[in-house]
Amino acid sequence: MTVQLDARPPVAPAPQRSPGRLSRLDTRYSPYLYVAPFFLIFGIFGAYPLAYTFWVSLHDWDLLGADHPFVGAENYTRLLADADFWHALVNTLGIFVISTVPQLLAALWLANLLNRGLRARTGWRMAVLVPNVTSTAAVAIVFGVLFGREFGMINWMLDLVGVDAIGWKSNRFASWVAISAMVDWRWTGYNALILLAAMQAIPRDLYEAAAIDGAGRARQFWSVTVPLLKPTIIFCTIIATIGGLQLFTEPRMFNSGTNPIRGGPLRESQTLTMYMFENAFAPHYNFGYGSAVAWLLFALIAIVAAVNVLLLRRLGGDRPQKGAAR
Amino acid sequence: MSRLWRASPLTYLALVVAAGLSVFPIWWMFVVASRSNDAMGQLPPPVTPGGNLGANIARLFDNPDAYFLTGLINSAIVATTVTVSVVFFSSLAGFAFAKLRFRGRNAMLLVIIATMMVPTQLGVIPLYLLMTKLQWNDRLPAVIVPVLVTGFGVFMMRQYAGQAVSDELIEAARMDGCGTARIWWHVVLPALRPAAAVLGLLTFMTTWNDFLWPYAVLNDPANPTVQLSLRALSDGYYQDMSQVFTGTAIATLPLLLVFVLFGRQIIGGIMEGAVKA
Repeated sequence: MTVQLDARPPVAPAPQRSPGRLSRLDTRYSPYLYVAPFFLIFGIFGAYPLAYTFWVSLHDWDLLGADHPFVGAENYTRLLADADFWHALVNTLGIFVISTVPQLLAALWLANLLNRGLRARTGWRMAVLVPNVTSTAAVAIVFGVLFGREFGMINWMLDLVGVDAIGWKSNRFASWVAISAMVDWRWTGYNALILLAAMQAIPRDLYEAAAIDGAGRARQFWSVTVPLLKPTIIFCTIIATIGGLQLFTEPRMFNSGTNPIRGGPLRESQTLTMYMFENAFAPHYNFGYGSAVAWLLFALIAIVAAVNVLLLRRLGGDRPQKGAAR
Repeated sequence: MSRLWRASPLTYLALVVAAGLSVFPIWWMFVVASRSNDAMGQLPPPVTPGGNLGANIARLFDNPDAYFLTGLINSAIVATTVTVSVVFFSSLAGFAFAKLRFRGRNAMLLVIIATMMVPTQLGVIPLYLLMTKLQWNDRLPAVIVPVLVTGFGVFMMRQYAGQAVSDELIEAARMDGCGTARIWWHVVLPALRPAAAVLGLLTFMTTWNDFLWPYAVLNDPANPTVQLSLRALSDGYYQDMSQVFTGTAIATLPLLLVFVLFGRQIIGGIMEGAVKA
């Protein structure tokens, strides 16, 4: 993602025509007024809570206690010794890996299909994007039924090909697969359109040159398309990382019945954000402990995003291609 | 645009499969919503609509635990208010960043881009404490005010204003004695209309879908958003799936409607944003 900060020269100040004092004040200070609402709202409801989370995490702070004593790192040490935390961490990473990798590969493939001379172009694009605009909670309920053990459509189809019924909610790994299917269903088409946009910006003569050099379709795709898409692929991966590691609605709504915030009786599909909710809100209302979960999750996202960027930098060989990418 | 490779029948076959997978769960949601609960135990599962939709809707709106009508109205209020506000403030700030010169402009813009990468959802706990202090718990301002203007909106408007509004036009308006506010209203806003529409659509859909924060702060079951009504249905009525699915179908319908009417613009917005960002 390259951001051009000065894509266009800003408007030059009006020529010497002795503008009124009011007008000078206007040009000088009104821009601050126009950008102020964002900084006000973000400051109060975005930045302050995020920073304050850290402060809360250093205290023994719950709903009922009148005072909340400072306890230093105690919440963190307790958390690191908490088996349920590690369990949720493994769930989160597991779901993240088995959803993101196929999702981005499928998106790449789908973008490649959409990049051909198609009839009813907009229709195809709308069809692959429609999952992205549906209500997440609604779709999670639907998938919960599709993946039902007794009468779910997935198990029925597996039965047709001779596979025994899978307990999609009671088996830990199976629940990861089901939730990943939900995530991929929603995001593959969206990522495909982003990748498609980048594909269309690749100059045609690069392919012609490659074809003259004897590169076939597949070779052209891996040697021309993919390397040139690198910035976009990195962008998609970072977005998928930030969203995927905070996964909440899908696993929460996939589970119903008693205590769904635990992600099943044995926490089969409880993610870290669900674990944070379970501790910070009903039933425990332990704000300090929940905040410690939030900060560790924040750190995890930063680490995984950085690792992804480092890995993807190497994508498609280490050719220098600054400038060519855009 | 490169149209190098002709689409073969195989391409279309693959696309039909992809499109089918995309559309099927939505289709099936409406199928179950229009049938009786017997459909849930049927194998092979039915894939065509039945005639039970009216009865299911009646049961849904009579359900004393779901507060479905309240949920729908609340979601409409929240999504509309947020959409209008985001478009208004984002176009104002986007105009300032793209076309006005002021100290700290680039630094502020970098901050805005950074905010798009920060998982602010992780601040829910202090946000909840703040709402308790403001006594906004269980009330709609709690889910409206924090998203009245977003970094994504400002950035999108700034990118679009940079190319859609010519500096000459702004200069001419200034010569005519227009202040910046009037320039924004008379010159910039009309030029921003296509992008503002896309931003409005995306904002409406995101807000309508929002789950995590309303789930945290709106604890009064009698005053939910529609997504929270779905939660109440899903947690309590898994024996009556046709009612639950009717709820999911109705909650999804406004989004599908928006998408069918404005899909082209939404796709354009997503793809243009991708190239520019």
